[in-house]
Amino acid sequence: MFEKTGIATREMVMSKFPPVERINKGPVAVVECYQKIPCNPCQTACPVGAICIGDDINNIPRRDEEKCGGCGVCVAKCPGLAIMIVDGSKSADTVQFRIPYEFLPLPEAGETVVGLDRAGQPVCKARVLKVMNPPSFDRTPVVTLEVDRKYLYEFRNFRREAE
Amino acid sequence: MREVELLIIGSGPAGLCAAISAASSGAKVLILERSFRPGGQLVKQTHMFFGSESQYASHRGVDIAGILLKKLEEYGDRIELMLNCTAVGFYEDNVVTVLKDETKYFKIKAKSIICATGAYEKSLAFPNNDLPGIYGAGAVQTLMNVYGVRPGDRVLMVGAGNIGVIVSYQLLQAGIEVVAVLDAAPRIGAYLVHASKLARMGVPILSSHSVKEAIGTDCLEAAVVCEVDEKFRPIPGTETRYDVDVMCISVGLSPLNELLAMRGVEMKYVGQLSGQVPLRTENCETSIPGIFVAGDASGIEEASSAMAEGYLAGLCAAAKLGYVPADFEERRQEYRKQLEGLRSGPVGDRIRAGMKLSQL
Amino acid sequence: MRIEQHPILTFDRGKELHFTFNGQPMTGYEGETIAAALHAAGVKELAKSAEKHRPRGFYCAIGNCASCQMVVDGEPNVRTCITLLREGMQVETQEGKGKIK
Repeated sequence: MFEKTGIATREMVMSKFPPVERINKGPVAVVECYQKIPCNPCQTACPVGAICIGDDINNIPRRDEEKCGGCGVCVAKCPGLAIMIVDGSKSADTVQFRIPYEFLPLPEAGETVVGLDRAGQPVCKARVLKVMNPPSFDRTPVVTLEVDRKYLYEFRNFRREAE
Repeated sequence: MREVELLIIGSGPAGLCAAISAASSGAKVLILERSFRPGGQLVKQTHMFFGSESQYASHRGVDIAGILLKKLEEYGDRIELMLNCTAVGFYEDNVVTVLKDETKYFKIKAKSIICATGAYEKSLAFPNNDLPGIYGAGAVQTLMNVYGVRPGDRVLMVGAGNIGVIVSYQLLQAGIEVVAVLDAAPRIGAYLVHASKLARMGVPILSSHSVKEAIGTDCLEAAVVCEVDEKFRPIPGTETRYDVDVMCISVGLSPLNELLAMRGVEMKYVGQLSGQVPLRTENCETSIPGIFVAGDASGIEEASSAMAEGYLAGLCAAAKLGYVPADFEERRQEYRKQLEGLRSGPVGDRIRAGMKLSQL
Repeated sequence: MRIEQHPILTFDRGKELHFTFNGQPMTGYEGETIAAALHAAGVKELAKSAEKHRPRGFYCAIGNCASCQMVVDGEPNVRTCITLLREGMQVETQEGKGKIK
């Protein structure tokens, strides 16, 4: 299915998430890279060596959930925009996501947007907490959003509400 | 007639890297570029490149063009770049005939030549495929990312290879609607991370679908799309009409290397490399000593491979001219290793098979 | 038909240039091709085919396919997708193969 539509199945998605206990401890990267392609900037970018590809540049990256502190440097560096940061430590009901978003207009902190799943379908509301777009991100802004915990494995994108 | 040491035809990723590599060894290089702007197709690539640091991964293609041109300047005394110069002939005595500014015609004789002429977009046969509004996907990318002009309002993308899905994403970034991406193949050809970027923006990717016909009088007004079976035959009753004013054709590229054929280099049709390609050694040298090839002109691959091939061809062409740096073998092995890495995974299967068939 | 804001790119358009398309006054910018300026003005049909007089637009935008050939300042077969716009250019739809003066 994934190879026909580009939409990962729930099983595939869950295989990339660390256990909920880890998510509840603090921010951690989820690397949704499922295909062996020649690419390794995530490994190069990680300041703590938490993402490993190894000698063969085609290997699928492995993220060490203990080493990863969820700093998010890899999010804007991944050419496939396949990495996001999840953080379940802030509240029992919600989870925070940091996702790349290369579209205009950018949302603003405090704004409520429509949360989308991996097929671009609306699934929930999401609250924008922060928009980061420093020069080091090289025009790949990273948006922090707060989403109901129920949608941990569904939420992946958002769109702004029509004005 | 002007005489030069090393002539490089084309200033895309392969040509620029070849020039930098050869000049760093000490060779004097002349680059011919047919466009008024150097950089080839890098100048319209707004996405971050794959690969490793050696091929500027994670940088956007348009910025890589800038990085390479800046490097070129470092060798300013050894590299000359001539714009608006199309190489139109390549003869037995290594004379290349050049058309400058569409009006002046002159000859260059070179001791060694690297052909880095790139590729062109294929087209697709269906009724009314000649209507204005039906464009190559790369052409739309040029219009949109180089000139900042909207190709239209609603786009149907035909072809789900890397170019098809990348241009679709870039259309969305320019605020243009993409109604669907289709591909006759049963699976997406693009890197799936690119496909997922598009899918989560709500753009459907329809595998096993093709264009039945285009509709319009002066310009494209709609497209009829249908499902195809495993032998790519249309399945009756599956037709869907999309009202679109733009259709992008992204069904692959063909190597652009007629100059090499004209010179008498041994050529061969290699399907895995998307067309007629010159046979060559592992150092990118063709069947005629001193004539090299790099990048898409030697077979269609990613720009990262074109850059690594350019560095390798430049190094080896310079060495043949007598410019052998102390670390020649080290550098040669390094570029070979980069290429091997880029081609070694499952997405490199076809390329590896093609490389075997085109080795001298 | 111009992109005004873009998340990755900024378009530094050159100075405004004036030209005509089939006698009609048009404007474009320095640094862009004739085909880009025409497309920005909503003109997609650039030529008519030789045999069946079917409309032709650009296709490849790199000067390879000949679909965008127009008559420019009286000269036929100008590849407008790679020819830069100049002040005062007279651009005309090309009918078929065009006549060389």
